[in-house]
Amino acid sequence: MDSQHPSAAPASRPAEAAPHSETTLRVDGKPHTLTVDHRRVLLDLLREDLGLVGAKKGCDHGQCGACTVLVDGRRVNSCLQLAVALDGSEITTVEGLGTDGEELHPLQRSFLERDAFQCGYCTPGQICSAVGALAEAASGHPSHVTDPAAPSGEPVPLDRAEIRERMSGNLCRCGAYPRIADAIEDVIP
Amino acid sequence: MTGTDTVLGAPAERREGREKVTGAARYAAEYDHPGRALAWPVPATVARGRVTGVDARPALELPGVLAVLTHENAPRLGEPDDPALSVLQDPRVPHRGWFVALVVAETLEAARDGAAAVRVLYEAEEHHVTLSAADPEAYVPETANGGYPAVTEHGDPDGAFAAAPVRLECAYRVPPLHNHPMEPHTTTARWDDGLLTVHTSSQGTSAVRAELVRLFGLPEDRVTVLAEHVGGGFGSKGTPRCDVVLAAMAARHTGRPVTLALPRRALPAVVGHRATTLHQLRLGADAEGRISALTHEVTTYSSRVREFVEQAAVPARVMYAAPDSLTRHRLVRLDVPTPSWMRAPGEAPGMFALESALDELACATGVDPVELRVRNEPETEPDSGRPFSSRHLVECLREGARRFGWAGRDPRPRSGAAGPLLVGTGVAAATYPVLVSPCVASARALPDGSFLVRVNATDIGTGARTVCAQVAADALGVPPERVRIEIGDSRIGFAPMAGGSAGTASWGWAVHEACVRLTRKLAGHTGGLPEEGLAAGADTSDAAGAKSPWSRHAFGAHFAEVAVDTVTGEVRVTRLLGVFAAGRILNPRTARSQLVGGMTMGLGMALTEGSTMDPAFGDFVESDLASYHVPAHADVASVEAYWVEEDDPHLNPMGSKGIGEIGIVGSAAAVGNAVHHATGVRFRELPLTPDRVLTGLLDHAHPPGTLGV
Repeated sequence: MDSQHPSAAPASRPAEAAPHSETTLRVDGKPHTLTVDHRRVLLDLLREDLGLVGAKKGCDHGQCGACTVLVDGRRVNSCLQLAVALDGSEITTVEGLGTDGEELHPLQRSFLERDAFQCGYCTPGQICSAVGALAEAASGHPSHVTDPAAPSGEPVPLDRAEIRERMSGNLCRCGAYPRIADAIEDVIP
Repeated sequence: MTGTDTVLGAPAERREGREKVTGAARYAAEYDHPGRALAWPVPATVARGRVTGVDARPALELPGVLAVLTHENAPRLGEPDDPALSVLQDPRVPHRGWFVALVVAETLEAARDGAAAVRVLYEAEEHHVTLSAADPEAYVPETANGGYPAVTEHGDPDGAFAAAPVRLECAYRVPPLHNHPMEPHTTTARWDDGLLTVHTSSQGTSAVRAELVRLFGLPEDRVTVLAEHVGGGFGSKGTPRCDVVLAAMAARHTGRPVTLALPRRALPAVVGHRATTLHQLRLGADAEGRISALTHEVTTYSSRVREFVEQAAVPARVMYAAPDSLTRHRLVRLDVPTPSWMRAPGEAPGMFALESALDELACATGVDPVELRVRNEPETEPDSGRPFSSRHLVECLREGARRFGWAGRDPRPRSGAAGPLLVGTGVAAATYPVLVSPCVASARALPDGSFLVRVNATDIGTGARTVCAQVAADALGVPPERVRIEIGDSRIGFAPMAGGSAGTASWGWAVHEACVRLTRKLAGHTGGLPEEGLAAGADTSDAAGAKSPWSRHAFGAHFAEVAVDTVTGEVRVTRLLGVFAAGRILNPRTARSQLVGGMTMGLGMALTEGSTMDPAFGDFVESDLASYHVPAHADVASVEAYWVEEDDPHLNPMGSKGIGEIGIVGSAAAVGNAVHHATGVRFRELPLTPDRVLTGLLDHAHPPGTLGV
């Protein structure tokens, strides 16, 4: 192989040369129509295109949960979702959880009250994941620790073990887990 | 009423909490300057050798790729303090994963594709990446990390050991461990008219600026380093890492602002890690468990890039009275990534070994492990003979035992069987030195009745903003709501990093001084304040830099309860309880979070965290969060942290010791000791994963040769 390389970098070809498609998403209630690089994941669309940096990039591989957002009400690792495949979806990020931009979501409030974070980098993902987990339990989704004898399709009561199990896709290296479980318990009706 | 009882010591909420829970807090990658480009590194794929050619054309032909930096075209750098920052300066490859190129592009996708397209040719050399205590190239360095002498010896440890009625000789191994803060190492850099500004994920902007000044040959006032929010560090961001250098080079090369966020899988090779430590411990004692001879010998490694010696034998110099003792560090230089600080370097692995050995001594002598530690309390620091400024280890052990319900414990191994589970409990002690560094701060009284306090602290999740404001409010005698605080900006002035559990002590001391001076100035001022207010500054170089005649350490005790599944070999920590003596606790709310966090990392060290150096490829096998298992929610059942009141006048004006690291010290040993109590099997190598535990249980039930396999 030739080990020489040009002394001056050539002008780059425009990034638009990569395959793109028009995609429409509703993000935190607002519609956005963008021409999206097919390789772009939802996380990068939120952070790079819309400037919504609440969802964090911890691993980019679906291993840490810091990028968790809600797609049509269900929690997902946004680093694993190709944005172009989400045309027409309703996305909720941590920025969109509060009611009118001023009022905090009850989970945001309980995270503050319980000191359920330290560095804060996993926090938006933890909060979005908790919103999703509460909804899943309410609509009867069992988890690994749910009693197999529990009636199918009925709301699953969330004890500490259920909360911990359901939140295990969201890593926190600061070790705020006990406080996060406290904060989630606080908002269980 | 204001003053110490209601301001300092109050459980104040984090000042930046609202920003963090709403997603408004900005981290280093989140400064979207116009025209910003994104960068992606290319790691070396050989463990040792040199780059013989880089073909950047396939990358440059991709849409959106702006530039490929290699050692052939990257800006030339000055001499850094840390040789690991000499990136893209020469063709040398000192270890696998070392960056050999950097691709800069319009988008992340283009940068990543470009990095995959760069063709690099190497001349590979034979590599040596496996640590062995018998390595003929092992040597005794002069000092270990922290500046400690590598060797200390008192009396005749060999003779005393030979003469001791009870003799214990054991070897322990702690594997490589990775810091893995949730935010990868990230920098956004831009140049404006020769001025370099970086937003970087670092534990301290002063150290970053000093290195950038050296590397780019700039006067100090032309470099600004900002770290408003930092997504954890745990030592791996204590000094600048290559991300900040590469981002600044790329920005200079392309004339664009550049963000480089290191990919997660790249971190283990380039941001430092805790090196393997091999421990040889010898304890000689009388029948009542009083230690007469103590030897702790540690063999560890560093890279070819620089010498770093995990000071794992150092805590043995502080913990127990042993008239005859030897501690020694040995080092082997390997073709591996450069190890560095990870939460409680030295103490964390060292106390796993020492506190496991103490438990073995308790078993050998039949003395209760809490009592054994009390029995070996020294009157002065064993190594230096200096008096302790305060030492409340016994109180921590007693208080922990009371809270945990230690009394009446059946000491016999396997006495806690419950169906297929074996339940056991264990204890271990903790220690961490009190460190403090010089710092500057300023305080300004403004006409509207508010105060502006500036100190170049960094909040990596500790609550630095909050506690520094509390220190200021306390010294000013005003409610903390009237104090505004600015941190994380190199322009504020010199400050040490958030590390060594010394942040609050160092920053707080300077803040306290500045506020005390301002109070005096205000007392002498008549009439209204001028528009710009009235200001005072402080520089604690003399006071905080002075050597103390006291031996100053925090202490603690961990109690663990485990359930070991005899069918799967899985260990669950059902309870972890720590009691600490760390001087005055300035904010119980954030302090408890930090202590619990440290204990949780210790739980990971005990059960799940461990990295493997592949001998063939010279690479860490577990390099991402899917393979390197940090504790998850389900692993953490009950972790409680408490403290005993400690009034120590020999520390700093706040009376505080550090709390960032002691939580991880000893916690893994408490878990390991509990596993021994549960199973009767002593595991001397971490982590206690099911494969290891199940093998141990089988060997225990069926000694070799009896199972017919």
